[in-house]
Parts: sequence; C-alpha cells; structure tokens
Amino acid sequence: MDTNVAAHGTSTTLVGSRRRMPPEFNIFLVLLGIALVYEILGWMFVGQSFLMNSQRLTIMILQVSVIGIIAVGVTQVIITGGIDLSSGSVVGMTAMISASVAQASTWPRALYPSLTDLPAIVPIGLGVGIGLVAGYINGQLIAKTKIPPFIATLGMMVSARGVSKWYTKGQPVSGLTDQFNFIGTGIWPVIVFLVVALIFHIALRYTRYGKFTYAIGANVQAARVSGINVEAHLIKVYAIAGMLAGLAGVVTAARAQTAQAGMGVMYELDAIAATVIGGTSLTGGVGRITGTVIGTVILGVMTSGFTFLRVDAYYQEIVKGVIIVAAVVVDVYRQKGRKKT
Amino acid sequence: MTLSPTTMAAVRASGAIPNAEFLLSAEGIRKEFPGVVALDDVEFKLKRGTVHALMGENGAGKSTLMKILAGIYQPDQGEVRLKGIDIRLKSPLDALENGIAMIHQELNLMPFMTVAENIWIRREPKNRFGFVDHGEMRRMTAKLFERLKINLDPEIEVRHLSVANRQMVEIAKAVSYESDVLIMDEPTSALTEREVAHLFEIIRDLRSQGIGIVYITHKMNELFEIADEFSVFRDGKYIGTHASSNVTRDDIIRMMVGREITQMFPKEEVPIGDVVLSVKDLTLDGVFREVSFDVRAGEILGVAGLVGSGRSNVAETLFGVTPASSGTIVIDGKEVVIDSPNTAIRHRMAFLTEDRKDTGCLLILDILENMQIAVLQDRFVKRGFVSEKAITAACEEMSRKLRVKTPNLQERIENLSGGNQQKVLIGRWLLTNPRILILDEPTRGIDVGAKAEIHRLVTELARNGVAVIMISSEMPEVLGMSDRIMVMHEGRVTGFLDRAEATQIKVMELAAR
Repeated sequence: MDTNVAAHGTSTTLVGSRRRMPPEFNIFLVLLGIALVYEILGWMFVGQSFLMNSQRLTIMILQVSVIGIIAVGVTQVIITGGIDLSSGSVVGMTAMISASVAQASTWPRALYPSLTDLPAIVPIGLGVGIGLVAGYINGQLIAKTKIPPFIATLGMMVSARGVSKWYTKGQPVSGLTDQFNFIGTGIWPVIVFLVVALIFHIALRYTRYGKFTYAIGANVQAARVSGINVEAHLIKVYAIAGMLAGLAGVVTAARAQTAQAGMGVMYELDAIAATVIGGTSLTGGVGRITGTVIGTVILGVMTSGFTFLRVDAYYQEIVKGVIIVAAVVVDVYRQKGRKKT
Repeated sequence: MTLSPTTMAAVRASGAIPNAEFLLSAEGIRKEFPGVVALDDVEFKLKRGTVHALMGENGAGKSTLMKILAGIYQPDQGEVRLKGIDIRLKSPLDALENGIAMIHQELNLMPFMTVAENIWIRREPKNRFGFVDHGEMRRMTAKLFERLKINLDPEIEVRHLSVANRQMVEIAKAVSYESDVLIMDEPTSALTEREVAHLFEIIRDLRSQGIGIVYITHKMNELFEIADEFSVFRDGKYIGTHASSNVTRDDIIRMMVGREITQMFPKEEVPIGDVVLSVKDLTLDGVFREVSFDVRAGEILGVAGLVGSGRSNVAETLFGVTPASSGTIVIDGKEVVIDSPNTAIRHRMAFLTEDRKDTGCLLILDILENMQIAVLQDRFVKRGFVSEKAITAACEEMSRKLRVKTPNLQERIENLSGGNQQKVLIGRWLLTNPRILILDEPTRGIDVGAKAEIHRLVTELARNGVAVIMISSEMPEVLGMSDRIMVMHEGRVTGFLDRAEATQIKVMELAAR
C-alpha cells in the first residue's frame, strides 16, 4: 500500500505528492528548527536546556494564547482575501467594558456600584458580544460600501481604541471578581485558545461555511456566480473575527486581573504575523487553522527564546520583523515553484 | 536588406524616406499560441494614403495580426516591411518610434492627468531648469488640435472627457509621433453617430496627408463609407484583398464565412417539450434592449452575434449577475424576479460563464472543491456540515461521467488543461441538476477531442429535457448544435433562424448589419 502510494506520487505531479504531506509539515519543521537553534545556543551560552523546562514552555504558550485566539479569526478573514487591523483595539475595548461589569463589591471604586459581583458569564458575554458587534460593523462596511477591508478595519482600529480610552477617561478598571479572573488563571487561556482553534478548524474544513470562505478567497467572481451570497458571508466572517477578538479581550483582562485602555496594542499585527507564518496566503483562498496554531507557537518560541538567551529587547523586535518578512518571502517562492510544476 | 529599428529611426529622422510601393507590408506571417494557430501564412499590404479595413469573424486573426504590426506580439515566421525595409518590432514603443501607432479599443490614457500631459508623456518639453514647460506643452497641444480640427481644452483632466473625446486624444497622441501608420481597433464601438462623423472627417484628413490607416471593424456600412481597401481573414488564414468600391455586402459576407462545415456534430433530434423559460422585453440600460425569446425543454437555442453584440450580457442578466433594468422572465409559466445568481440557482438555472479563469475556476483550489461549490447551496449539507463522503462520491461519479483526465480529485484545477477545466465546471453545474442550462462559449480554447465530448454531453442533456441556451462565436458549433438560432447585433435581437433554414450567410447577415 505504502509503496503504491509513493510510486503513484512520483509518477504524477509534485502537487499530487505534496497533497499527501500536509502543508503544515513545512511550518512545523521551521518551528522545530528554531527550537533546536535555541537549544544549542542555550547550551553554548547560558548553560541550560531551552526545551527541557516545562515551566518556560508553559509561560511561552500562555503569552501567545491571546494572540492565538485573535489569529484564529484573522486567519478566516485573510482566507477570504481580506485583512482585519481592528483586533488589537477591539481587545482593548472589550477588556475595558467587560472588566467594568466584572468588579467585586469589595472594591471601593467600582465603576458601576450597582453592577458588582455579577456572575462571570455576564462580563464574558458582554465582551464577546461587543467584539461581535465591532466585527459585524466591519463586515457591513466592507460588504455594503465596498471600501477595502484595510480601510474599514483601520477605522475600527482607531475608533475602538478611542472608545477604550474614553470609557473611563484613561483610568484602569481593577478589583475584578475571582470568578471572572478564573478564565485567565493557570492554563485556562491556553485551553480557550485550543478549543477555539479546534472549533474553527472543523468549521473551515467540514462545513459549508468553510467551503464558501475558501471559494470567496480563491475567486470572488466565480463564488458569486456559483450562487454564494458573498456579502452576507463576508459579514459573517468579520463578525466571527470580531467576536474572537472580544473573547481575547476578556481573557486579557482576566489574566491581568485588571483592564487598561492600552491593552492589545499591536496585537493585530502579531496575529497577522502568526497567520502568515502559518502558511495563510494574503492573496486569499489558502490557509489552515493548524498552520496558524503552529505560527502562533513560533512567535512564542521566538520571544521566549530571546529572553532565555538574554537578548536585549530592542534586538528582539528587530529580529522578529526580519523573521516575519522572511516567512512570507519563503512562502512567495514556494507558491512560484508550485505554479511551474 | 534588414535594418535594426534604431537605424530605421535614424533613416526616418534624416527625412530620407525610401520610396516603396507599400507603406507597410507583411508576408508569410505565422503565429501560434499554445494549442492554436492564430495566423497561418498571412499577408497584408497597406498603401500610402489609404484606409485599409481588416474584416473577419471573431477569432479570424485580425487582432493577432494587428498586434504583430503594433509590436505587441512577435511573429513566429514571416516578414514585416516598413517602406520596403525589413523591420523586427520588439515592443509597442519600438513600433511607435518607427512610426506605427495603435489606438486600442480599451483606451490607454491616464485619467488623472491632463490631455496635454497624456499626449506628450515621456516627451515633455523642458524649460532651462529641467522642469516641464507647461506653457510650451499647451501651445504644442493646441497646434496639434488645430491641425486635426479637434476642439478640446488641453488642460482638462482626461477623466472628465467622454469616450469619444478620449478617442480624439488617443488619435492626436498617435499623430504627434508623426506616425506614418495608424492602427485603429473598432474605434466607433462606443461613439454616437455625430461623433463617428467627426472621427471619419479626421481619418479622411489624415489620409490626405499620406498616412496609412489600418481599420478594424465589424460594421459593414463603415467599410463602405471610410475604407479604400479591405482584407478578409478567416480562421487565421488570409482570404483576399479588394477595393471596397467594387464589392457588395454579400460578397464580403461570403468571403468571411465561406468555409465548408466538415466537423461532425452529434446533434440528435429529440422531442421538444413545453416552454420552460420565456423572456420578454428584457433590457439592461445601455447594454441591450427588448430581448425576447422562449426556450423549450429539450431545445438547444443557439445565440450568435459578434463580440460586443450583448450576447453574454443577456446571459449574465438572466442569471442575476447583473439584474435587468426592465422586462419579465417567466419560468414554467410563473413570472420570477432573478436578482442574484443564488435566486437563479433556486429556479434550477445553471450558467457556464465565458471566461473560465475570471468567473469560473477557483484556480488555487482542487477539483473536488471546484466541483462541489454550487451544489452546496442546498444539497449535501446537514446542519451546516458538508457530507464529505456523499459529495466526494457524487463528484467522483460526475468526473468519471465527464471523463475528466486527472489522477485524483485532489489535483488543483489550474494544473488541468482547458478542456478538463471546462468539464469540471460543467460538472459543477450538472450536480445542481439544472432545468435551464446557459452555456457561454462552452468550447472556447479547448482541443478538438474535448470539444466533441462537450457537444455529445450537451446533446445528451437536451435529450433528458434540459432547456439549453448556447452562446457561441464558432459558426459551425452554432449551426451544428442548435435547434434554433437567435442572432444579436448591438444589443438587439435581429432575428431567429430555424435549424433547417440557418446558414452561415444568413446568420452573418443578421449579425453584421
């Protein structure tokens, strides 16, 4: 059986054989490569193992799980050929608003003294709901006015950040209930990330929603002629991305046990980077959640590894930028190579 | 004697223009594209101070020849001579510098720049500081316009101009290069009658100045009005050149279509059922008007007409891609409003579009994903989840039935040949089990074998009671496959022909008024 498959693979085209190797495999190799480099450098310069330290690995994953939750939504947007720049600001806005109804009655300076000690489901639901609305507005703008997604979500990025600053006139919101904070403690953010990733992995691969998402990204005209209501579908996709950014905002506030207007700044770019490193093509039609999960972990390993090697934070950012661009360049060449075969 | 273009340019600059019988001539031109021979041993001779029309059906090779003369394509074989000197044009710029200018159908002006800037781009007059001298540029433009009797403000931005005026700017630009040869590709297609009259005035003027004009048109009356000579092409071959003063319309039509129908079509007489689709006075403002026709179950209605006659637009409107401005669509006796492809599919219509790459294939996705996308609207889905096994089985069966040549359905559709891509797209629609099937150029750009298979399939669908509307530019296909033929010209239906009475000449007479 195995030899049969191999023979078949070589006798047809490269594409045929590549199908048998999931595209995430390459990205996974990159992840292993980066980890190995740190491992070796660790033994050389720090005198300890990078990987054999479960505490470090846990912190690393925890740090990127919020980015990961956002990236799951961003991946879907990018597969349709769009972009979402608003997610970081939506994180800030939903963190502030959900925290404001998650305050404990024991806290002396509650924003809404009559709305304290509410069950955690209320602030969580509110945060997720407001994210959904923000995403829905993005989707409506893009579908109805036909303005480029870049501009629509840029507007939301600026306005949502404005809302989070205006909401308390810049004051942080603290004294949150333990019940609310629970979702940010321990390994919970990672679990939320993985559950979200699993749900949308299944949605993209096995549901009509997923098939239509890829079809729109591959050729929007053909999708329309095939009977897909492109506008309604795009609104759905952006609303889901907003909802996930809202969820990320809730987790961020719970993890910090406080909310500040500046939360989530630049998260949208990290999420886009994780998505693109994970093999999703900015031209649309290509991408998988599994790739995005690996891309997110790569971002985490990079940051954590630099800290581990005691690299100056300034250098970290410089190198991070280079790695993101390199990942896309590699992807472009891979696409070119595929076309020739 | 072969001179390089630069030498030729130097010769031109010296004013020593060689005296040759023909201003521009081409001989033995051959041009192949993957799978097709676009031009085969073609000749063309343009005399100084004449307007020379190129005539032929869609795909006859006019455009390819014109693009070779304008330096856009390079011929595989053959020679092009400018005033008796062999030239090899490497680019449109090369052609321009040799005095051959082309005015494209899709105008190539920059909308946010002024008329003057557009004309003198790359050659702007400079003042002594090296900046563009706008005053001088305006004077140069005014002088040029005076010579051409064009009444336009050189300072106005091109985007504010009508299509006709843009055309004038293009012509002025071409003339400003002191071109000896002007190539015009259907210049009147977007002009009103008055604008056409002005254009012809300018053309006559240019002709009297000794410029040779290559004029491509589908319109027979223009030929008699403006052209001195014309050359006819058919299926990539040169048929002949004649003076337009001593031929009739019928002569030209005969030259354009005079081929033997040798291809066999698997057309069967099948019982024709009730009217399935009835269209009355369908209008899309500015594109087509008052289109009315019926299609019956089992009937193949061929739609003929030249490019730009509105055939494809009618199909797009029927399918809801561009909803109609007015008119009624009746399906099975009930009036329906089709405002989107989605609605059309719900009425069991299917539409194979003209352009496989632009509106058909999801190029980067695989065959399975391409084939299933339309049927997922209402079948093979339970609570949002796609029944992978069932849909895969259905697609596999369909691709076997259509004989799609591929190792497996996980192959990307972009790696398939045109014919196989077309089969996948047909499969996409057959899965939806349509009652009305609209095919727009179903066999364009695919090989003979796949063509025959698609024809066989269409026949079989008709036998099963599907009402088929088939738009085609290929005369043998229309004549061979249709029960009835609807002919369109400039957005109007000019007539219907029954299978028995339809001939190439009759179709052409209705298509080219």
